[in-house]
Amino acid sequence: MADINVLEKEVPQTNYDGHHDDHHGDKFQSSFIDRYIFSQDHKTIAKQFLITGMIWAIIGSAMSIIFRLQLGFPDSDMSWLQPLLGGWIQINPTTGLGSIDPQFYYALVTMHGTILVFFVLTAGLSGTFSNLLIPLQCGARDMASPMLNMLSYWFFFLAGAVLFISLFLNTGPFSGGWTGYPPLSGLPQASDGSKAGATLWILSLVFFVVSVLLGGINYITTVINMRTKGMHMFRLPLTIWAFLVTAILALLSFPVLASGFFMLTFDRVLGTSFFLNEIFVAGEVLTTRVGGSAILFQHLFWFLGHPEVYIIILPAMGLVSEVLSIHCRKPVFGYKAMVFSILAIGVLSFLVWAHHMYMTGMNPFIANIFILFTLIIAVPSAVKVFNWIATIWGGNLRINSASLFAIGFVSMFISGGLTGIFLGNAAIDIQQHDTYFVVAHFHIVMGVAAFFGMFAGIYHWFPRMYGRFMNETLGKIHFWGSMIGAYAIFGPMHYLGMAGVPRRYYSFENFDAFAGFASMNQFITIAAIATFFCQILFVINFFYSIYKGKKQTEMNPWGATSIEWTAPVNCGHGNWEGDIPEVHRWPYDFGRHGRDFIPQTEPLADGEIDGGH
Amino acid sequence: MEMVASPKKIQRIHPKKFALWMAMLSMIMLFSALTSAYIVQKASSDWLQFPLPQQFFYSTAVILSCSIVLHVAYKAFVDKNYQLYKLLLSLGFGLAVSFVALQYSGWLILNEMGVFVYTNQSSSFFVLLVGVHALHVLGGIAALLISWIFAMRKNTMEWSQKGQLRLELTCTYWHFVDVLWLYLLGFLWLQQ
Repeated sequence: MADINVLEKEVPQTNYDGHHDDHHGDKFQSSFIDRYIFSQDHKTIAKQFLITGMIWAIIGSAMSIIFRLQLGFPDSDMSWLQPLLGGWIQINPTTGLGSIDPQFYYALVTMHGTILVFFVLTAGLSGTFSNLLIPLQCGARDMASPMLNMLSYWFFFLAGAVLFISLFLNTGPFSGGWTGYPPLSGLPQASDGSKAGATLWILSLVFFVVSVLLGGINYITTVINMRTKGMHMFRLPLTIWAFLVTAILALLSFPVLASGFFMLTFDRVLGTSFFLNEIFVAGEVLTTRVGGSAILFQHLFWFLGHPEVYIIILPAMGLVSEVLSIHCRKPVFGYKAMVFSILAIGVLSFLVWAHHMYMTGMNPFIANIFILFTLIIAVPSAVKVFNWIATIWGGNLRINSASLFAIGFVSMFISGGLTGIFLGNAAIDIQQHDTYFVVAHFHIVMGVAAFFGMFAGIYHWFPRMYGRFMNETLGKIHFWGSMIGAYAIFGPMHYLGMAGVPRRYYSFENFDAFAGFASMNQFITIAAIATFFCQILFVINFFYSIYKGKKQTEMNPWGATSIEWTAPVNCGHGNWEGDIPEVHRWPYDFGRHGRDFIPQTEPLADGEIDGGH
Repeated sequence: MEMVASPKKIQRIHPKKFALWMAMLSMIMLFSALTSAYIVQKASSDWLQFPLPQQFFYSTAVILSCSIVLHVAYKAFVDKNYQLYKLLLSLGFGLAVSFVALQYSGWLILNEMGVFVYTNQSSSFFVLLVGVHALHVLGGIAALLISWIFAMRKNTMEWSQKGQLRLELTCTYWHFVDVLWLYLLGFLWLQQ
């Protein structure tokens, strides 16, 4: 079966020879629909992922504002939200005050988690930048299969459409938490949100898994098989390494989530009991639903769930490494250490999932193994942090929105990573697990940090996407607002958690122990609202700059070495006119031989040794 | 650029073939998760074991012969022996469909024995494993159907690089679901 390998000329996209396949302005882009809707151009698909992700980010964070209002101002009148939320605002007949329906509060929290984790930080982050940068930085005309790539976006769109429809059900969207633990997700009679809401939630995420797998297969294949001439693995920018490992993690972990969803669907539809045992609903015993185990679902879920947090953070790490190096005008410190850290994180991420489950009554000796691996995964993470700081150290730093967000990422990753060491230890986690400490930890380390990485990437590669620059002043306001805002929101939450304030509660009014934290909750809510409006500023800047931003006049505005800037501004499908450039050196030749930078396309001089080796 | 010694040209695997291998890797993860869950649940709950009906062994013979037939059909296509290719492809397609039919008839036998999907964890897992595998087989049948339609159309009869690649990918996937079934049968048989 190997005989097909040798016939390269017939295969347009292997493009090892570069000149067989220049098909810009091709049949793929002949009409409006081909060009902008069902486009197979990786750059357009990247923009589709980004803008869809932005819309979901606005919806998801607006939801968090609504439930933060409930937490910060539980006694205030919310009837002004009635035009938006309708029946989910309950009007007290005696006082006339409106408040959020408690069931809907849980639905909002569930949707916030699902939307932000899957739709924004997985699809919006890795979908956007893997699509944009893998072909451009590896030197390929497009992905291995542009068709599957297009389907990847449209399955994501379908997943989003299904979840969006579930928001309008009269029993409400799914409300059992973004982790979807049974029995809330497995039994339709368990709660209102467990009815049609849960069915649509599972359906939506199954579509999402299909989207991620189609995308991931393409990303891996393109990086492994379609690099341009001279682009060895150790000449790849760290972005590509990060996207590659991210896609491998997704490919290996999302099918396990799918297996859990299949079993959940069986439990819901066919009357099986994979995850159900000794269930009481409204005082009634379900005698036929025995023998299953809810913990089994947790294992299947977190076997995805933990790699998922690295699926979120690795692309951000890759973007930050690249942005920091370019804007510090210095080679990234410890390129190979960075690569091996990414690989180590990738491997270890499969061995730590049960640290989300210390509270399930697992054997403490088994917990010890997961503690060990959790602490070990801190090592490659710390290596990366050290290398980022060493990259900035002594660099000729350009202060702009991209570099500020990259530095902000490092700050957030350190702050959030440190509390991870607390929570990785079962003895401390058992105290902290159901408190705001956990909320603060994961929001900083994988929420805010990943967003900062994404923002750094957007500000930096905006010219590559639209041929214009984003507004720097608005960008800097956006950065400082987000930086201060994020710490103002999540800093106090650590304190709440240490004091034992439980997460997932709708109201603390009936608990004397937590009465003293009302003003802190108010402060957090106000900070959250302010930070939300900062993000709106970013959205305005983004869309304004697409049409009115400063035009990109030179091909390589940041003085970067990697080859995505050798393609013309606003290039068509196929990226390069003529041959794909050949690569001769690693991507971080800054300040070498007294020159500001040397592009990857420049041949090595006589006797010169490639910088990466 | 000509002045620089070009790096050695590497013989790379065709991207679409590589992509198929990646897809198969994710399917292996899916079935590993399902069979792991099976082992865990079997150890921890009231487990009622039932015998495997003969039908599942007949279907095994069918899917194995299907793989062999398709392999020979592929060789015939490469050798440009179109008459043999058409014949074998049709035969392979028939075998593929009868595999699914046999799996279903085996399930009907189990129903007659009083084993239903909700009877016990064992029967739930059985349906899950066999059912999810059957879904993957249906994907293979869809791919075979495409090759078959191409084979029956006169103007696409001739050998082409694209046709060979499509057929090779289909065969690889078919061998994969075949091996997957052997794994599942062995697994279920060992668990008895």
